[in-house]
Amino acid sequence: MFEDSGIATVLMAMFAGAIRVSTPFLFVSLGETLTEKSGRINLGLEGTLVFGAMSGYAISYHTGSPWLGVLVAGLCGSCFGALHGYLCKLPKVNDIAIGIALMLFGTGLAFFFGKAYIQPQAPRLPSISLGSWTDNPSLKQALEINPLFLLGIVLAIVLWWGLKNTRWGLTVRTTGDSAPAALALGINVNQVRLLSTMVGGFFAGVGGSFLSLYYPGSWTEGLSSGQGLMAVALVIFARWNPLYCFLAALLFGAAGALGPALQSIGISRGYHFFNAAPYIMTLLIMIASTSPKRSLKGAPGELSITK
Amino acid sequence: MVDVTKADRLASGQGSAFADTLDRFRRSSEFVIMPILALIVSGVLFSIFLLALGKSPADFFSLVWRGGFGTSFSWQNTLVRASPLIFTALCVAIPARLGLVIIGGEGALVLGGFAAAAIAIPMVPWAPAPLLLPVMALAAIVAGGIWIGFVGALRHYRGVNETIASLLLFYIAVSILNFFVEGALRDPSDPNKPSTMPIGRDNMIGAIPGTDVHWGLVFGIVLCILLYLLMNRTTFGFAARITGGNLRAAQAQGLPVGKLMVISCAIAGACAGLAGFFEVTAIHGKANASLIAGYGFTGILVSFLARHNPLVIVPVAIFLGGIAASGGLVQRRMDLPDATVLVLQGLIFVVLLVSETFYGRLPFFRSKGDL
Amino acid sequence: MSKFELNRRSLLKTSAAGLLGLSAAGLPRMASAAGLTVGIVYVGPRDDFGWNQAHAVAAAALKEVPGVTVVEEENVPETIAVQKSMESMINLDGAELIFATSFGYYKPFVLDLAAKYPDVQFRHAAPLWTDADPKNAGSYFGYLDQAHYIDGVAAGLSTTTNKLGFVAAKPIGTVLRNINSFLLGAKKVNPNATVQVIFTGEWSMPVREAEAANALVDAGCDVLTCHVDGPKVVIETAEARGIKCCGHNASQAPLAPKGFITGAEYKWATIYKMFANDLTEGKTLPNFTGGGFDLDFVQSTPYGAGATEAAIAAADEARVAVKAGKPIFTGPINKQDGTPLLAAGASLDNYDPSLDQTDYLIEGVIGSIT
Repeated sequence: MFEDSGIATVLMAMFAGAIRVSTPFLFVSLGETLTEKSGRINLGLEGTLVFGAMSGYAISYHTGSPWLGVLVAGLCGSCFGALHGYLCKLPKVNDIAIGIALMLFGTGLAFFFGKAYIQPQAPRLPSISLGSWTDNPSLKQALEINPLFLLGIVLAIVLWWGLKNTRWGLTVRTTGDSAPAALALGINVNQVRLLSTMVGGFFAGVGGSFLSLYYPGSWTEGLSSGQGLMAVALVIFARWNPLYCFLAALLFGAAGALGPALQSIGISRGYHFFNAAPYIMTLLIMIASTSPKRSLKGAPGELSITK
Repeated sequence: MVDVTKADRLASGQGSAFADTLDRFRRSSEFVIMPILALIVSGVLFSIFLLALGKSPADFFSLVWRGGFGTSFSWQNTLVRASPLIFTALCVAIPARLGLVIIGGEGALVLGGFAAAAIAIPMVPWAPAPLLLPVMALAAIVAGGIWIGFVGALRHYRGVNETIASLLLFYIAVSILNFFVEGALRDPSDPNKPSTMPIGRDNMIGAIPGTDVHWGLVFGIVLCILLYLLMNRTTFGFAARITGGNLRAAQAQGLPVGKLMVISCAIAGACAGLAGFFEVTAIHGKANASLIAGYGFTGILVSFLARHNPLVIVPVAIFLGGIAASGGLVQRRMDLPDATVLVLQGLIFVVLLVSETFYGRLPFFRSKGDL
Repeated sequence: MSKFELNRRSLLKTSAAGLLGLSAAGLPRMASAAGLTVGIVYVGPRDDFGWNQAHAVAAAALKEVPGVTVVEEENVPETIAVQKSMESMINLDGAELIFATSFGYYKPFVLDLAAKYPDVQFRHAAPLWTDADPKNAGSYFGYLDQAHYIDGVAAGLSTTTNKLGFVAAKPIGTVLRNINSFLLGAKKVNPNATVQVIFTGEWSMPVREAEAANALVDAGCDVLTCHVDGPKVVIETAEARGIKCCGHNASQAPLAPKGFITGAEYKWATIYKMFANDLTEGKTLPNFTGGGFDLDFVQSTPYGAGATEAAIAAADEARVAVKAGKPIFTGPINKQDGTPLLAAGASLDNYDPSLDQTDYLIEGVIGSIT
């Protein structure tokens, strides 16, 4: 009996955790998917995410409007994206290295300007109650959903459909699969990549603002703990498919809830490993799902990490 | 192409030997002058940043000089901070020769330090330092080597991206350290900072005579030289560079690419593991969460700035160590936040990477024959 | 700019004094506060709304002392970096008194430097100094578990499920002691109360702290408290979930206008002001400064909307008793594994040294250390 209710509690917590925690992963991985589909990898999204979290919080604090904060976070993100996109088009400049550099630079700037915003309380994003039909308080709570989560789902579907069915999507995919082919079609490869990286940066900035403006909902220097980098890993195991990005983000969020949930039902021995569950799980999935023989399905041919 | 023209000129007897040396010197000077130019550009950009904030760049740079290099104390401070960076930078530089980007060296450092401290626990009561320390170093090398070697194996045999895998393994390494340090291997006499049993002051590695700098620095420099020779003067290094240049060509030539990857990554991990070993034996005297100090991540920066050349890693590590050493003075005197150093590092990193694009394109560095 | 000049001047002065001091070793260096430079090292950002900020705000009292210059450094990790930062303050800024405000700074870094610089005074914010340590080192500390005990009393009367939740960072001595005292407070007024603890494993990891808080609420806890560097997230989550909460480190009352009961706060200001007075009078700081409610080193946050009248009355009463020296640890108390800690009738003084070595949780706490 206790066993059953324990398992139910953990499953419930993982469900709730998936909804609570997944949004930033979703946004960053969608942004990264778009960037990588165009043939570049941007590891700097971690820095973008942190800077987005800081700038979104700061703007919300100064203007009183959290949505304006989200917008500004996105715009700051696209500035970082533009920097990455512009620098990487220079010959002999490595996109992975520039990404690591921008991660450092973005984080540094966010910490530098963020000192003043650690203490003040900024208005946070509202939530939508979808759980009014249930009496179960945990479920009700789990269904307190942030609009950005819903927006992320819509975005995933639009991106999935758009990459597949629109001319614009075809342009991005062609650029990512073969730059010479794209050139032959008269596509401006660098411009497509620049725009894709900018849009990707916008999404990552929005993902960051979710952290500071909704959950956990405040700005501190330890806020991110690597979410931006993990989202880059999620893109690989989501096979560059925006819909799978959504599932991967949910799975990652659920795994993150595992550690605290197990401790809450009294299983705490080895909690360090339960807390590391998202990373262990990601690694195992990557090991199980990749193969050295064939290139990954959906992988853009121009991408340096899959060559 | 350059070599051909040079050979042609030599063959045709054109140009005196002196002019030729001068020419060669001018072309190779590119690798010294370009990074210096990049540093100057970063300095100018950072000055603009400071001016925009109403701070004096002159004050800033004089404090960096004073705090990092201006006094004998500052030099020692700088060298102490540079020492772990040399090891962790090697963890990035060696795989980079094969085109692999490893960013999880911090994990190998943490596990290396932990393995060293763990193996010391049963040995401390009876083993003398000359036996204990080599065994600890070996444990650190093995632990770090396996950890990053595993990344190389995953990359070759399973096609798992090494950048991401090494990062994931960093988080896992931290949980392993914490699990043991806060659990089975915890020193019960110190409830306030979970640590392994101390190895004892007598067993610790001391400082280079006349300084505060522990011997890790010397070992790091020697290791850099050895690995430079390995990567540039042996067939192993040659094969690694071919693999890094073109993987498919290397495979087509029948080079054992998988073996090269695993061994290079294992060497890399061993270097980071040694960083952990020195942290334990020269600084902390035990393993605890203080091992997770970010040296592995700063090492990435060092290696990229050194263009993955083991010999260049030493001065770059000292340079960044100096910036870190002066960070405190900048905080105290100019009322700038600690993140100032991060911003400066990030800026230097970006500008140096961008400078890559100018190699071979500035007329000054080209020999007349090329024009 | 003026600050810089001031520092340079005091540097010149003190380096001259340093030479004299070396030749006249043994002379009390703090004979006069004039020209004294004080260095303070923090492990995190100075404005983290938690531990570091509490120190930084209180240490500002030192800046009021005429002739004293304060130099501060934040985000200094517990590695060789802290040793070098302190040495840099000594060598480049001429600091003669150093406050090291993080646990892990003490051993080996403060101890090593105290031996190396016998003319510089070191004070460390944890109850770690013993007679065997260098005489120019020392400790200062507020025993926060007394305030967590009061929180427990108030929480014990505020819960309907008899389940209290505790989000803890790492299973170290002070954290375990706070958890134990919190439970003892709750049990004093509510024998059925239990405390469920979740360790996040890190001093600051906001997402996991929020997850832990949610998990505790889902498990039925209806009062939350915590011991992490920045309690903001835990308190805000408790408020969002419509339950009550007790604060930690500093006042979090504004973060939970509905559910805030009270909180355990350090009052570092008392200690730093005492030190400031000592410096003004030219006295050397004591080697060991420790206390709780009795010395005004800790305090309870003023009651919030979540505190019922019964809780307020019981907490006030308990605080008076603790202040007068009534022991918190009164038998019978068993450890979590059932082994007895205190027999019925036995008790431990609130400053009993054995409590500084707490490495156990007591019966009634759910959740294990490893």
